[in-house]
Amino acid sequence: MPNTAITANRLADGFVIYLTADGGWSESLADAAVATSDDELEGLQAVAERAARAGTVIAPYAFDVETDAGRPLPRGRREILRTLGPSVRTDLGYQAARS
Amino acid sequence: MYRYDEFDHTFVTQRVAQFREQVARRIAGELTEDEFKPLRLMNGLYLQLHAYMLRVAIPYGTLSSRQLRQLGYIARRYDRGYGHFTTRQNIQFNWPTLKDVPDILADLAAVEMHAIQTSGNCIRNTTADATAGVAADEVADSRIYCEIIRQWSTLHPEFSFLPRKFKIAVTGSGRDRAVTAAHDIGLRLKLDADGNPGFEVLVGGGQGRTPILAVTIREFLPERHLLSYLEAILRVYNQLGRRDNIYKARIKILVRETGRDEFARLVEEEWAHIRDGELRLPDGEIERIQAYFAPPAYQALDDACPELAVQRAGNRAFDAWVGSNVEAHKRPGYAVVTISLKPHGGIPGDASAEQMEAVADLADRYGFGEIRVTYKQNLLLPDIRKGDLFALWQGLVAAGLATANAHRVTDIIACPGLDYCNLANARAIPVAQAISERFADPERERAIGNVTVNISGCINACAHHHVANIGILGVDKKGKEFYQVTLGGAADENAAIGDIVGPAFDEDRIADAVETVVDVYLAERRGADEPFIDTYRRIGLKPFKEKLYAAH
Ligand code: SF4
Repeated sequence: MPNTAITANRLADGFVIYLTADGGWSESLADAAVATSDDELEGLQAVAERAARAGTVIAPYAFDVETDAGRPLPRGRREILRTLGPSVRTDLGYQAARS
Repeated sequence: MYRYDEFDHTFVTQRVAQFREQVARRIAGELTEDEFKPLRLMNGLYLQLHAYMLRVAIPYGTLSSRQLRQLGYIARRYDRGYGHFTTRQNIQFNWPTLKDVPDILADLAAVEMHAIQTSGNCIRNTTADATAGVAADEVADSRIYCEIIRQWSTLHPEFSFLPRKFKIAVTGSGRDRAVTAAHDIGLRLKLDADGNPGFEVLVGGGQGRTPILAVTIREFLPERHLLSYLEAILRVYNQLGRRDNIYKARIKILVRETGRDEFARLVEEEWAHIRDGELRLPDGEIERIQAYFAPPAYQALDDACPELAVQRAGNRAFDAWVGSNVEAHKRPGYAVVTISLKPHGGIPGDASAEQMEAVADLADRYGFGEIRVTYKQNLLLPDIRKGDLFALWQGLVAAGLATANAHRVTDIIACPGLDYCNLANARAIPVAQAISERFADPERERAIGNVTVNISGCINACAHHHVANIGILGVDKKGKEFYQVTLGGAADENAAIGDIVGPAFDEDRIADAVETVVDVYLAERRGADEPFIDTYRRIGLKPFKEKLYAAH
């Protein structure tokens, strides 16, 4: 199974968030929990579904990640952009604060 | 200008209050996302890639300076200082927070605007000719009919849950400035032998994964029958349109599968029952609505404007701008001005809060306080005295809004694409920027002449790439962006769907590909008067294809 993480959007502002190992949510993919087996993924998905039902997050889904020394990195343009913000407005989105 | 009436005002205000409560319940956890989603969509609130997005309707693309100023205020106060104008003549705000949305809607309602019916399977905002009421060649003012349609379709109980969304377009003359052939229903105003206005009625146009051009089902419909005939079309669609498959649910599929003649027969049959019923427009109704669109207090002017000629001769940049961005007005001494929202290398359709305010001020100062939003994601000032053009242009230069490229190769329509849109497969804006930079030299751009370039980030085709002279569709191949090129599409009265040239180009080669296409055109055209589309129709796809794939 490819390495997988879980992402969603935050209820308050729709911003991108990632599920962390302690069941919380982070704005940074680097903090995300990475599932390396189906069992781990199911566990994470159950947590995410609960959060969605509780109303704090919207539309959670699992996606494949690369890992670099255990740290998740986005794969594909869509997920790369979700970690950053619009490529045509680098003054906006997460990339603005991180640059 | 149109002002919405008492009913609208009460309704919109109630709707804001209702939504405020719904948002509060959602934030308190009393509504699930499944329950809330249809409610937010009904109020124009989408979830995009990085944040929520609020889509605000601009009925038939007409704004007062007060409304545009309010949009600027909203952009600054609640968003990130800008808005994005779309081909659907809406404006989108890309960063509202959920709790602010009710306040934004209240601020919109204060200037008679709203975000209702910008989503869902209902009849959407009618696409209008942006030059309605002022175009030198128009038969009648299409806004009047758009308004009649708006009043009829707003919250129409029978048509709130159609098989799919439904879009109507009205153009005011034989020149199609509202892409009527690409709409579910297209109406083209014309006159009968006695000079009475009516419509050629087209149905079944659409884009998306199955692009189809609308077909004419009635050559002439007298204006008083407008609503009963539309109702008949909608009833046939509502009854027979497919609800089992989202890709087959648009009326275009029904019309294609039923056949034009049979579809027309069904509509006529339905219409026979209702044509003289309550939907027949009573005498005086058209005049009543016409009064909302009464022409402003034009001055009696000479059409010739010697000072303009002097100003043009003395300033090349101004001269070029007049050449591309100023069109004939039906009143002598006046002109119609396009304000390009396509600065070279910029983001098509974006305007900052300051720019919105600057345009509102200029509209007050030199026009009659009215602004239009065009299908091409530009703004338009409908009533400018020729003698004021130079001063207006200087104001636009100061606001960074004087790009002289209306209808040119850098006047690119681009959807938000993967930079913002949750449904996207590829980015569209960076491609537009790369092409725009490539052709930024004003001399070269002028030499190329009028050509349409449209870029969609997925097959939903929000940028109408199928009907562009040069259409570009972003596709995803294993997480990488590729771009498919179509040539020969047209969005005017000779509408056509473009032909796919061949395999897609990657993001580093797409601007080169467009340049190659333009070079083939320049080499093949019969003189500078032959526009791109005419050359294409004469020589076909082959020479372009050969050049594009020569190295492979
Ligand atoms: S064409 Fe696709 S990517 Fe572009 S705005 Fe429409 S849905 Fe989004």
